[in-house]
Formats: sequence, structure tokens, C-alpha cells
Amino acid sequence: MTLSTGVPADTARWLSDRANWTGAEGVPHRLIEHMGYSALTVAVAALVAVPLGLWIGHTGRWQRLAVAASGALRALPTLGLLTWFVLLIGVGLAAPILALVVLAIPPLLAGTYAGLESVDRSTIDAARAQGFTGWQVLSRVEIPLALPLLVGGFRSATLQVIATATVAAYVGLGGLGRYLIDGQAYRDYPQMVGGSVLVIALALIADGVFVGAQRLSTPKEKS
Amino acid sequence: MDWIWANRAELVSLTLAHAWLSAVPVLVGLAVAVPLGWWVSRHRRIGSVLLGIGSAVYTVPSLALFVLLPSVIGTPLLSPLNVVVALSLYAVALLIRTAVDAFAAVPDAVLDAATAAGYSPAGRGLRVELPLAGPVLLAGTRVASFSTVSLVSVGAIIGVSSLGSLFTDGFRRDFTTEIVVGVVGTVLLAVIFDLILVRFGRLLMPWTAEARA
Repeated sequence: MTLSTGVPADTARWLSDRANWTGAEGVPHRLIEHMGYSALTVAVAALVAVPLGLWIGHTGRWQRLAVAASGALRALPTLGLLTWFVLLIGVGLAAPILALVVLAIPPLLAGTYAGLESVDRSTIDAARAQGFTGWQVLSRVEIPLALPLLVGGFRSATLQVIATATVAAYVGLGGLGRYLIDGQAYRDYPQMVGGSVLVIALALIADGVFVGAQRLSTPKEKS
Repeated sequence: MDWIWANRAELVSLTLAHAWLSAVPVLVGLAVAVPLGWWVSRHRRIGSVLLGIGSAVYTVPSLALFVLLPSVIGTPLLSPLNVVVALSLYAVALLIRTAVDAFAAVPDAVLDAATAAGYSPAGRGLRVELPLAGPVLLAGTRVASFSTVSLVSVGAIIGVSSLGSLFTDGFRRDFTTEIVVGVVGTVLLAVIFDLILVRFGRLLMPWTAEARA
């Protein structure tokens, strides 16, 4: 059997093997782990990044610093951050999750303040003239108009986290990345490819969900 | 510091490997995305299909792509080519959007004026549209360069040597210094790449530097 026909067939066999779909190392459990880490990470990162981004976008202060800081954070190599944090904090859930949070902050921050920045200045002035307070301008004018870009920030942060959570299997995190790392340790290439296919499917589905959310969050043009 | 000095030969060769693995994808990305983006900006319908494919490619997690590629293109699992091809795909996916936006932003009146002045379509593309799209293309290339330099290190997991090897080796030996050197080295390399790109931009588009001063 040649390689080109062998790998897809072996991968299909691995993916359809019932034994790979049950227990703690089965696909459903690994998938839930992966989604769980990703959701937790994005939620924690959002708690930091969204209020900060709103404040920066609303007041227009610290803008240059925010742009520079998120640019610098983006240059950090993910694997370096993961291994470093694990050596500092120790093996377990905390270190990889913390590294993932750090990596999820820049896209969320960028999406939030870029969203607020995109709001037309004259719209805000009009709201002020109507007697809106600063808080009302933010919550009733700026956030609704910034929503598509804000959702865009969540989209890129989530995809970044799904991808990096896969890499985090190298430092002991569970999730779908385990198939790639364990498959490599056992020289089980079909398992690695099967895991890759699952991760890619998860990422594409997550992306599709966000595309839908972005469409819903875009204000309808009145004709 | 002692460790850096003692391992300088190894560090230099890893840095060069990292630079090489990053530079090729960015150049391939530019070489493919700029002509394609120019052509697509005139053909809206094909454009949206291509942008869709690009965005889907960009969604694929890097480690999964590194693992999947050998079974698609027939390279050995440990070949650096997997990393180069995967990162080139990302660079094209990222830059095609930039290129389409950059060329689409050239005003129609300018195009008409150039045609009226006697430019052929190719000449207009090269001498009118490309320079006007240049600053946006440069900005996109800088983003692609940062993300490529950072992603190369993930290849260390599947055994492709780069500064990322310092992460896997340092992790295995429980040696933080090695990892920190790798992180700093990678960021420095990304910054150097960025400075080179900015320099090139000034050289090719001197008018952007004057406008800023």
C-alpha cells in the first residue's frame, strides 16, 4: 500500500474505531476538554481586555501604549510562553491556561478599542447633545455600534486559543492536542492526523459560529 | 550569560535556521498574494471566493497543519519543508486580503487618468496601482512577518529546528534560562525583520517618509 492511499485509510480507521470514542482519552471527552479550556480562557481574557479596551476607546487615553503593547504581545512565541509558564508555576492547569489568557488579550483589546474608534465622532456628539451621560453614550451608542468589531475580536481570540490549546498539549494540557503529541510519542501517525482533522473541524465550526454572530451584530442599514 | 556564550555556535545556527524558515514564507506570501490580489480586485466574484478560502486556511491551527501536510504533499514528517509550506499558506491567506483591500482602495479616477495618460493595463498596475497600494501592502507584510516568526517555533514540537528548539529542550531539561533566551531571541528576530521591512518600504516608497516628517 502506498503512503498516499495508506494515510487517509488509516486515519479513517482511527477516527471510526469505537475504542477511540469512549473514556477519558476518547474523542468526546477530549473535545469537551478542548472547548472547556478555550471558553474559560476567552472568558478570563475578556474580563481583563474588554473593560480596558472600552475605557481606552471611550476616553481615547493610552491609545498608543495599547497598540504598542498588543503588538509586542503578538510577537511572543506561543510555545515559549507555554513552556516558560509551566517551569515557573508548575505542571497543571494553571500555567497553560494563564499563557493562553495572555495570548488571547491582544486580539480582544484590539477588537474592543478599534470598535469604539470606528464610531463616527459626530454620532457621539449628537448623543451628547441629546443629553446622554458619558455612561449612556458608551452603553447605548458606542457599544452597539462597535459590536461587529468587538465580536471580530472575540472571533480571532477564540481561534487563537483553539490553536494554542492544541500546542499546549505539549506541556501536559488535555484536549484534542493530546492526539497529536501522544501520537507522535507512540509513532502513531494516523492518530496524529485524526487529531489534526478534529482540531481543524472544531476551528472551522467555531469560525462559522462567529461569522454568524458578526452578521447578527451588524446594524441593519435602513433604506 | 555564561550559558549563552558557551552555546553561541548552537544559538547562531538556530537563529539562522529560524530566520530562513520565516523569511521564505513571507516572501512566498508576497510573491503570490500581490499579483493575485491585483488581479482579484478587478474580478469581484472570484475575489470573494478566494477571500473565503484564505480566511478558512487562516483558521486552521498551525500544529494541525504541520502534522497534516506530510500526508497531503508527501514530505517526510520531520521535513522543514512542512513548516515552510504551512507558513507560506498562512502568509498568502493573510496577505491576499491586504492586497485586495490595498488595490481596491486605489480611486477609479486615478485609474482612468492613468489610462488616459496612455498606460497599458500592465504598466498601470506596476507603475500606478502598485505604488499607491504600497503602504497598505507594507503594513500587511509587517503583520505577516511578526506572526510567521512567532509560529516557526511551534515547528520544534514536530522536530524542525529553530529558536523554538530552545523551548522544547529547556522544557525537557527544566532549564528556564534556555527558554527565556529563546523567547527574547524570537522577539528580537521579529523586530529585526520589522525594521528591515520598514527600511525597504522607505527605500521603495520615499514619499511615505517625507509625508511623515
